[in-house]
Amino acid sequence: MVPAHTGSRTTRLLGLAVLAGIAVVLVLALAVTGPDAVQGDAARLIYLHVPVAVSMNVGFGLCTLGSVMWLWKKSRWWDTVAVSAAEVGLVFTGLTLVTGMVWGRPTWGVYWTWDARLTTFSLLFLLYLGYLVVRHLPADLEVRNRRSAYVALLAFVDVPIVYLSVSWWRGLHQTATLSLSSTISGLMLFTLVLGIVVSLMGFLWLLVHRFRVAWLEDEVEIAGLDLAISERRAEAGIVEVSTP
Amino acid sequence: MFRDAALVARKDLRIEWRSRVTTNQVAPFAVLVLILFAFALDPDRGVLQRATAGLFWVAILFSALLAVQRAFALEAADGNRDALRLSGLNPAGIFLGKAGAVALELGALEIVLGIGVVILYSTTLSGWLLLITTCVVATIGLAAAGSLYGVLAAGLRVRETLLPLLLLPVVAPVLLGATRAFEAALGQSTSDGWSWVELLTTFAVIYVAFGVLAFGSLLEEA
Repeated sequence: MVPAHTGSRTTRLLGLAVLAGIAVVLVLALAVTGPDAVQGDAARLIYLHVPVAVSMNVGFGLCTLGSVMWLWKKSRWWDTVAVSAAEVGLVFTGLTLVTGMVWGRPTWGVYWTWDARLTTFSLLFLLYLGYLVVRHLPADLEVRNRRSAYVALLAFVDVPIVYLSVSWWRGLHQTATLSLSSTISGLMLFTLVLGIVVSLMGFLWLLVHRFRVAWLEDEVEIAGLDLAISERRAEAGIVEVSTP
Repeated sequence: MFRDAALVARKDLRIEWRSRVTTNQVAPFAVLVLILFAFALDPDRGVLQRATAGLFWVAILFSALLAVQRAFALEAADGNRDALRLSGLNPAGIFLGKAGAVALELGALEIVLGIGVVILYSTTLSGWLLLITTCVVATIGLAAAGSLYGVLAAGLRVRETLLPLLLLPVVAPVLLGATRAFEAALGQSTSDGWSWVELLTTFAVIYVAFGVLAFGSLLEEA
């Protein structure tokens, strides 16, 4: 039984909750909370930037988990989790980079600086872009799944090394790192936490839909193969013998 | 495992020696890259000297791509890959042999490029122990990671364009670490070169271990 679309009552409710959450966060972030003492209004981007960055980490974490589980259990479910999480995670990485740059312009005066995190994230973006490229190469499902699982793991073991090397690199040179005031409290903290929750819910919503699309795509591929085989058999005049 | 590795490495190196692809194509390419850097950057203002470490390792990285591609193109024709799989050789041994051969080729290239930067960029080499240690561990890391992605991409029609996209972001820490260690050795920075060597060693250990464990499965799939 193939569902007609990828939504369901639960996902629609989740989607509505995300929309409402975004509205609340927007009001809190733009109107209710005050500007930052040092950075002024630019700091409000933190309510978007940090939440998408958190979701991004969850996405790549899930991709790794899915890949490991696929190698272990060989279940299509985990493989689909891995690819969906990577795709949605990549979108959130893009958002993280873009919001970071938008924040960097008024704060640092430049869109791009070779800041440790910015550099790490850009490499991360490229690593997982490679994963998705490999993933979408035409191949047998089994071959494709194994190949992409290994690429995901190879990328994952690289992440700590990238992070360490880049932070050493910049740590050795940068004299003053501009960071948000370390104490963040009260309403600002609440807005930030709410932002993270809403972002994670949005991530989940996208993930569920992407998962179902990917699952259906695989179904089509599997069904297509069976169909082609039975068509060839029909052409050859072989009568299908249904096993009791 | 090590006997198999030696066999595979000897085979690859013998093919390289006879076909002269590394000596006649990859090495001249690497030197060409050094010359192109001089065209791109102003050679008169000492930019080349100051950037020696980075330019050297970028040239090595590009050459490593060619070397890895070449190492796996050897088996692409006539079902040689299946022959290799069916040979009964230990997959971990095949990995170590392939990576070892690539590492030795890169090592030879590093000597050529080392002479190249001394002559073309008038760089004075110093801190030999750090220079050589960096070369050894960085090369092992590059060859190991390269061989893993090499075998992964080898059977694909898009391998020429896919390999750089997959490999370069992964080996970015090697470029970073090796360049910083070289700068320290050449006295161009005050940072501690040896801590970068530790990072490069970690990288090499991780990817060699990954290769020993996973290479068989990657070799099978194509």
